[in-house]
This record gives sequence, structure tokens and C-alpha cells, in this order.
Amino acid sequence: MAAPGFERVAISEQEPAVRAKNFDEVCLGYTEEEAVVEAARCLNCKNPRCVQGCPVKIDIPAFITAVKERDFKGAYDKISESSALPAVCGRVCPQETQCEALCVRGIKGDAVAIGKLERFVADRAREEGIKPSKTAESNGHKVAVVGSGPAGLTCAGDLAKMGYEVTIFEALHEAGGVLTYGIPEFRLPKDTVVASEIENVKSLGVKIETNVVIGKSVTIDELMEDEGFEAVFIGSGAGLPMFMKIPGENAKGVFSANEYLTRSNLMKAFRPDSDTPIFRPAKVAVVGGGNVAMDAARTALRLGAEVTIVYRRSEAELPARVEEVHHAKEEGIKFEFLTNPVEILENEEHFVRAMKCVRMELGEPDASGRRRPVAIEGSEFELETDAVIMALGTSPNPLISSTTKGLETNKWKCIVADEETGATTKEGVYAGGDAVTGAATVILAMGAGKAAAKGIDDYFKNK
Amino acid sequence: MYLIKKKSVLHQSIFLMDVVAPRVAKYCQPGQFVIIRTDELGERIPLTVCDYDRDAGTVTIVVQIVGASTEKLSKMQEGDYIHDFVGPLGCPSELVTDDLEEVAKKKILFVAGGLGTAPVYPQVKWLHEHGIEADVIVGAKNKDLIILEDEMRKVAGNLYITTDDGSYVRKGLVTEVISDLVEKEGKKYDLCVSIGPMIMMKFCVMTTKKYDIPTIVSMNPIMVDGTGMCGACRLTVGDEVKFACIDGPEFDGFKVDFNEAMERMKLYKTEEGRRLLELREGDTHHGGCGNCGGDN
Repeated sequence: MAAPGFERVAISEQEPAVRAKNFDEVCLGYTEEEAVVEAARCLNCKNPRCVQGCPVKIDIPAFITAVKERDFKGAYDKISESSALPAVCGRVCPQETQCEALCVRGIKGDAVAIGKLERFVADRAREEGIKPSKTAESNGHKVAVVGSGPAGLTCAGDLAKMGYEVTIFEALHEAGGVLTYGIPEFRLPKDTVVASEIENVKSLGVKIETNVVIGKSVTIDELMEDEGFEAVFIGSGAGLPMFMKIPGENAKGVFSANEYLTRSNLMKAFRPDSDTPIFRPAKVAVVGGGNVAMDAARTALRLGAEVTIVYRRSEAELPARVEEVHHAKEEGIKFEFLTNPVEILENEEHFVRAMKCVRMELGEPDASGRRRPVAIEGSEFELETDAVIMALGTSPNPLISSTTKGLETNKWKCIVADEETGATTKEGVYAGGDAVTGAATVILAMGAGKAAAKGIDDYFKNK
Repeated sequence: MYLIKKKSVLHQSIFLMDVVAPRVAKYCQPGQFVIIRTDELGERIPLTVCDYDRDAGTVTIVVQIVGASTEKLSKMQEGDYIHDFVGPLGCPSELVTDDLEEVAKKKILFVAGGLGTAPVYPQVKWLHEHGIEADVIVGAKNKDLIILEDEMRKVAGNLYITTDDGSYVRKGLVTEVISDLVEKEGKKYDLCVSIGPMIMMKFCVMTTKKYDIPTIVSMNPIMVDGTGMCGACRLTVGDEVKFACIDGPEFDGFKVDFNEAMERMKLYKTEEGRRLLELREGDTHHGGCGNCGGDN
């Protein structure tokens, strides 16, 4: 071991060989003793750089100080001032590029494990039945929130704390958005973590109406004109899956990651008592290199498949979190880097039998600053597989923008909204999260929901 | 939770339910569909709207037992609550959104096969209420499987019924009736709307193409969310890939790749069969379903 203080307290995880066969959470979290020891590594900087790295500006040194003193309720209250979903964020935020990336401890040694400590505090609060406290009396103003994902829940929670009467409308039968349909159980347990954080938002007075598709069941104009909502926040996410538009993509056994993950996560198809079927072949290829690709691959692995991730750039460019890639590798997922599918081949019964791929090499940097992958001529080969899961990204659903008068979108169908306030081109209507930015992270969506809650409050105050 | 206000059995495998769902009842239009879920672990089942009562806040669905999920629904009674009921989803039929005067100029033929009678009904009814009488062909395997006959008779111009086995009115397939009407009775149609099993719609389109009658079909592929999120329902229409849930469910029948669509329907056939077996055998079940572990 290196000098004390330079290394973070290690966290326990399920053994790779064991967890590859179950859907239980991979990371087991800190014990109280471990958390207190890790918290003691925080230097409580006068000018805490970590807070600047947090999209929702949690007072990190303050909550860690409370952990040091074993005042876990105090720590939870501190986090709750800024975040409605600490047990979620402690698990899925890319801390390594945000708060922890700026931690002074990280200059010489490991950064303080801020995310793991946040998770510990939130889990402890849940176990002890501690709820966030409502601060303001009702002010009588009604606000509608479209979508119950991270942006919507955050915006709704913040508005409720300020005294607004908030109703969230959710298109699916269960609240949570991507936390419920997208991120798998083994990274983010649904019944314990997600459901209880949603309950916490509801305990602030927020109502959630499921099974309402805004733009179909009712429009935003009607919510404002007929149902008495004075302001609306749109946090409807980026729900439309992309495909490659290559031959064979409609063969049986080709799925969007959205479909595959929705079947497993929302519909619980991984459980034997669920009515929803999921395709369980021997070999699965996942196309893409983001967190969603890792989630789909690791789900397929747990459903019994041999899994290969096919990514057109090299390992260095993988957009997924390092931790997720590391976990995937540990569990036995294979990677084919610098490889791109060009065709999906079917058998005589129209099931996938293989994927024709080409090898790539990295050329000049493209618009994203990453070196553009270029196909190597004559390098075609067949990758044998029974299923292909496309995890290529998603784009916003035009359902809302196309049914709301005066709501401007850009060329990518993203809603145009002010970054500071969330204000859209329509009065009283605010937006944030993936619906505005295109597919991004949970925490950025939460940051946008938070900004919009403030924007909406200012709108009422200046009305 | 959504109350089942009325239930009637139309056939041993087909039943009708009026469900209290005010938001859906207020906005739904002919051609659209809903998704329902019977219970906590139930599948999301897409069903085309058969009728609606905006004042009573009810939506009528007609369901045929085809698997475990629909069998579970069939066991539910008046007074029971359906766990989830969401909609209206998909686009309304163009007949109700196009300029009414233009629609009124057209001579329209509806071709309904089996359960397809249920989604055809609200369209014919809507036209009837707007002063447009359309001809309707209803076909089924046998007399028992002809549903909504009285209701349809009230709103259709001419109603032609046919059964595969000849147990009721005509004997033969709906495509033979189309040919008879056009060739023997000299009928002229400007538009055909065909809704039924995919194989029926495929052959219907082959027939109407011969007579140059533009034909709309309503596609019912495998779906999960029904809002464009999963892409399970994708179809090839002309040169494009379309999602039935948001781009449809109605499409230009001449452009739909039916063979591909029918293949894609078969994806979970084995799993569905196993599930139904497990449900029907109940406590006596001892393997073979692939779910219970009893056969491993």
C-alpha cells in the first residue's frame, strides 16, 4: 500500500464470474467504517474545486464533513439541498470527469471517492427512512412537467420545494424515464434505489400521472389553456433510436438497444415471471461504444450469451465510462475495435446468422475532434452472431415539438432552449435534458432541470 | 387503474370491453390504437380502438385470445381494473383528417378480416356520421367468427359477408368478393381500406392493385412502448423504414413489404406458445414452457 491518504478506500464488488450470471448490483457500496475513513481523506478545501465540477452544485465538502462526523442525516440534508436523486447519481454519474476530476487529492494520488460517498449517504438515508424536507408553503401556481426522467424529476422536486403545485406526466406505465427503461438493474436497482428516489420526489408533493403521452393524450397548449397549468417544463428525453441503414437491418434478431433494454429493464423480461419475451440467443453482437452499448452487452451476457462489442474507433475513443468498460471486460465481453458493420446476413429463416464488417483505421480528426475512422479496403470479414443490438445513439422524439404551437426546434429536432433558464421560444414553456441537448448524461439532464426550475420561478416572480 | 365498465363475449376466443379512460376517450380518432397492460408483470399489448364515447369517457376494445397476455385479459370481468391503458397512439386514419369534401367524392370500400372488423367499424361509423356511405366486406373463417355484424349493418352502405367455409352468407375469401364486386357487379371504387391479418391484407392488396384501387392497410407488428422509442415495429414501406407506432399504423398497402413484416411477427412465436401453455396448465404444469425450469 502507498502512503496513507493517497489511495482511496477500495469498494467491494460482486466477483465477475458470479455477477455475470445474475442481475444483482455489481458494486456493493461502502460500509459505514469504510465511508468514514474515505471521508477523512477530504481536505475540506476553502475553495472547493469539486463543486465547480458538479452540474447541480452539491456542497460536497460540507456533506463529506458530515460523513466524517457520522452525521449521516446531516450529510443527506446537505446533498438534498441540491440533488433530488443522490442514490442514482452516486451510481451513474461520471464523477471521474466531473467533481472527482477536479479534486485536489487527485493531483498526487486518488481523488476522494465523492460518488461512492454520495451513494453511501443516500443508501443510509433510505435504510433509515429519512426523507428530504419540504421547505415552502404552497404558492398556488400549477406547473406541468413532461417526462419523469432525471430532468423532469429534478425540475419537479425543486419547484415543489419552492411551493409550486407540480404534476409530472409520464408516457410509460412507470416513472423514471431512462433510469427505469434504460439503465439495467445491475447498475441501478429499480425497486430499491429508483423507486424510492421517485417516492422522495412525491413526498415533496409532486403528483405523477403515468400513461399520458403529451402530444397524443393531450397537448401542451391544452394543458395550459384547459387544465390550468401556468408553466410547463419539457424533459421528454431523446427517445428515438438510430439504425445504421445497412442491408439486413430488419432481419429477425436485430434490435435497437432501446428495445432490448426496455424489454429487460422496464418490462422485466429477464425475470421468469414477466410476460414480456426477450430474444436469448447464444451469440450477440452489440454495435457502439457508449454506456448504452455496455449496458446492452452486459445484459445479453447475463441472459446467457457470448457477447462481442463492435466499435468503429479504437479503445481510446470509447465514449463509455472507464468503469463500465472495465466491468464489461472483467465479465468476459469481447471487443472488436476499429470495426464497422456493413451488412447483416440472414439464414434461410430470416434470422441473423452473421454480420459482415470492415476493419477501420483512424484518419484525420473530424468535427468532434476525434480521429475519423476510415474503412480499410478489402478488409471485409464475417462475424458470426445470432443477434445484433444497435447502440448508436438516440434523437429527440418530435411528438411534442410537432404538436406545440410556437415551439422552435433546431435541425437535429432538439428543442431550442436558453442554457441558463431553460426558456423556449414559447412563453411559459421551458425545456431541458436530452430533449434539448440530444443524448447526454443523467447528471447533465438534472442540471438542466434545476436551471429550468429557477428559470420558471423567476418567470412567475417577474410576471 | 382503468375500470372495465362493460364486457361482452363475442365468440369463445373474442371479447369486447368498454374501459373507462377519459384522456384517451377525449382525443382518440378512428385508426388510432391504445396499449394496455393487465397487471404488474403484464406485457404491453397494442389494440386498435374499436369505438369511443367521449361523454362517458370510455373506449371500446375488441380482443382475440392469441397468447398468455390476451388470455389473462379475457379472464377479467366487469368491475375489474386494467393496470395500464395508454393512448391514443399512432396517427388517425387519413379519412378523418383529410378534407371532408374530398373524402366525400370518393367511393370507398372497406375490407375487414376477422378481428379487423373492430378497427374498421369506427372508420365506417365516422364516415356514416359525416354523411358518407361506404361499402364493407367482412370475412371470417366461419359464422361464429363474424363479429359486430349488427353494429356494422347500421353504419355501412352495402355490407357483404363471406366465410371461408360457407357457414354464413357467401363462401370464399374476401379477395373473391372484391373481384366479384368489381368484375361481375361493375362497382367502381376510388379507395380501399383493408384491415385484418397480415396475410389477408397482403392478398387484398394484390387484388386491388390489379384493379388499380389505392389501398390503405393498418399494420399491427410487434411493439413495446408504442411511442417511437424502441423500433421493434419497424417496417419497410417503399424505400423507407417506418415505425408503425408513430408513422402509422396505416400505410399505403401498395408500398408495404408484407413478407418482411410477416417474418418479423414470428420472432417470439416459440416463447409466446410456451407462455400460453404454462398459463393454461396452471398448477398441473410441469415443464415445456421454457420459463419454469421444469423441463431443464
